[in-house]
Amino acid sequence: MASSLSLRAGLLSVLIFAAFVGAWQWATLPGAGPGGGAVDPEYAALVSGAAAQGAKSAFPTPADVAATLWGHLKDPFYVRGANDQGVGIQLAYSLGRVLVGYLLAAAVAIPLGFLIGMSPLTYKALDPFIQILKPISPLAWMPLALYTIKDSGVSAIFVIFICSLWPMLINTAFGVASVRKEWLNVAATLEVGAFRKAFLVILPAAAPTIMTGMRISIGIAWLVIVAAEMLVGGTGIGYFVWNEWNNLSIGNIITAILLIGLVGMALDLALARAARLVAYRE
Amino acid sequence: MTTFKDPFDARYRLNSRGCSCGQHGSEAEHVQAQASEDARTTRVVEGAVMRALFPHDATRRAFLSAVGAGTAFAAVNALFPLASATEAFAQAAKPEKTDLKVGFIPITCATPIIMAKPMGFYEKQGLNVEVVKTAGWAVIRDKAINKEYDAAHMLSPMPLAISMGVGSNPIPWTMPAVENVNGQAITLAVKHKDKRDPKDWKGMKFAVPFDYSMHNYLLRYYLAEAGIDPDRDVQIRAVPPPEMVANLRADNIDGFLAPDPVNQRAVYDGVGFIHILSKEIWDGHPCCAFSASKQFVTEMPGTYQALLKAIIEATAFAQKAENRKEIAAAIAPTNYLNQPQTVVEQVLTGTYADGLGGVKKDPNRIAFDPFPWESFAVWILTQMKRWGQIKGDVDYAKVANDVFLATDAKRLMAEAGLMPPETTTKTFSVMGKPFDPTKPDEYVASFAIKRS
Repeated sequence: MASSLSLRAGLLSVLIFAAFVGAWQWATLPGAGPGGGAVDPEYAALVSGAAAQGAKSAFPTPADVAATLWGHLKDPFYVRGANDQGVGIQLAYSLGRVLVGYLLAAAVAIPLGFLIGMSPLTYKALDPFIQILKPISPLAWMPLALYTIKDSGVSAIFVIFICSLWPMLINTAFGVASVRKEWLNVAATLEVGAFRKAFLVILPAAAPTIMTGMRISIGIAWLVIVAAEMLVGGTGIGYFVWNEWNNLSIGNIITAILLIGLVGMALDLALARAARLVAYRE
Repeated sequence: MTTFKDPFDARYRLNSRGCSCGQHGSEAEHVQAQASEDARTTRVVEGAVMRALFPHDATRRAFLSAVGAGTAFAAVNALFPLASATEAFAQAAKPEKTDLKVGFIPITCATPIIMAKPMGFYEKQGLNVEVVKTAGWAVIRDKAINKEYDAAHMLSPMPLAISMGVGSNPIPWTMPAVENVNGQAITLAVKHKDKRDPKDWKGMKFAVPFDYSMHNYLLRYYLAEAGIDPDRDVQIRAVPPPEMVANLRADNIDGFLAPDPVNQRAVYDGVGFIHILSKEIWDGHPCCAFSASKQFVTEMPGTYQALLKAIIEATAFAQKAENRKEIAAAIAPTNYLNQPQTVVEQVLTGTYADGLGGVKKDPNRIAFDPFPWESFAVWILTQMKRWGQIKGDVDYAKVANDVFLATDAKRLMAEAGLMPPETTTKTFSVMGKPFDPTKPDEYVASFAIKRS
């Protein structure tokens, strides 16, 4: 039954995809040009095909996009100068930034979350700050970061850092604060030292909540990097999108969107796997 | 090209256009036809000296006619060691730093900065320059201020704004060279093709690349001349050039005064038409600039000099009409402008589709002239004042002198043991209204529509 369910679900997915591509193909069918024919050939040579017909240039068809996608996947690592590099290299730049910012955030958020979770006093004292800082769009930090850090690469990493920080911090604090009292009491009766208690009792107990926070964070970080790179430019998949926007190349932009989605999914799956490792049953 | 004129020719006018032999369309072409690169360098230095000695054309002409060019050259050379000044410029101190980063915005204004890379102008000066494409003017400003870029492509009002602390912290900034003159246009959405009179534009939404841009000032000027108050009757917003065509297409804006290739790209995609070229508002207006911090200029004079030389040579090369196609091919790829080659070619050659089915020819659609006339700076400052971007009293001449020409020419002269030159200004007119750089306050006061 289970196998037939996933089979049917798979079939349905394929159908939805086919319907989507079909609708797209239909919507981008070349319509008959409104005027057409009477355009000066000298003029037509200077503008795009659609403009020569008196229309606006058209949205690419699925076949156009597939060809563009294939072109990028065939040669993902070329370097034709600082401003023109393969899509694989751009993704690697973005992933690098995300990982550095994310790991820094984890290095700060998890110990700090522990501290906050274990002490109700600091929890209460820091709560207003966290509540105010948490909802700020990470991109709003960008001008401030550029102004104070004075380095666009570090600023991009800082933006990733600041946006990944809060979910991890809050989840860690929450996970640590909600470790069951009985376990802590048992630890106390056995006269376990503070460090042993933290690492052998609290950490394993809070691990699933912490992992959830980390999973939320990586998702946000990947969302934000594209926007941050569009703003700062230079390298990365966000820069690639901006550069192709500059060229109004919708085919390339759709390709980039697809790749961004795929990488984001891979990141999420990896953390879901990791979360399963620390899960436990009570 | 004013900078490359022969200052020892009595027939030449320092302050305006025209070829002396009559065989060439412009002075620039005349000089280009004759001068090798070394001669051009010499010419730049000689020009600076002559301008310093004879700030007024009439005096210089009288002098040259009276004694003859040869005698004049000898006399001036006896007073000022022209040869060593030229040498000081030509054989600059060894660059202190050869790996440089120069930021640019992907528009044709940046042509000299960009092309100098693929066409080897930087390399020739022993520089390894990386030209970095940047997303917008605010970012290029911040990256330049943060020293991520050693020098950058900016809009010519930006160095003034940065130096004065308008829209940023005051940081001494310099503009050693103008990139291009002309080369912008007003583009309107195709649906407005019957509204060619700006008096009908009330309620429209326009985009300009940046608040501190020639585009903003020219558009405001053009609208105000037609009786449209740019702050009350229309909306003008800053939109980065790459996003302009997308916004025009989506009907978010009705038009823009933008740098190329944005205008031509709107035509290419059938989204807009070119209403007028910016040269029809002010022929010979400056647009973008090559700029660097004062700190860079003073701390690394050798590097700065080599870089400026590469830019001046690239600008001279770009000014020649016959090189334009080759340049278009060099700067159109993804690494630089990322535009269809025909779009860039139409901008540079001036044979272009206007978006309404016609093909127009205007070889001066864009021109390249590196000379940072201080009167340009004064005009820009008057407009900043006019539209309330700067308040209070402005020492026009001082700011212009600090930011535009002065650092470059004065330092070169001082290095060679010469007297620093007088300020260099010229008069010009915008939409038929003459501008006298010595009377900026009266100029601002003379406008009916203003914010100050």
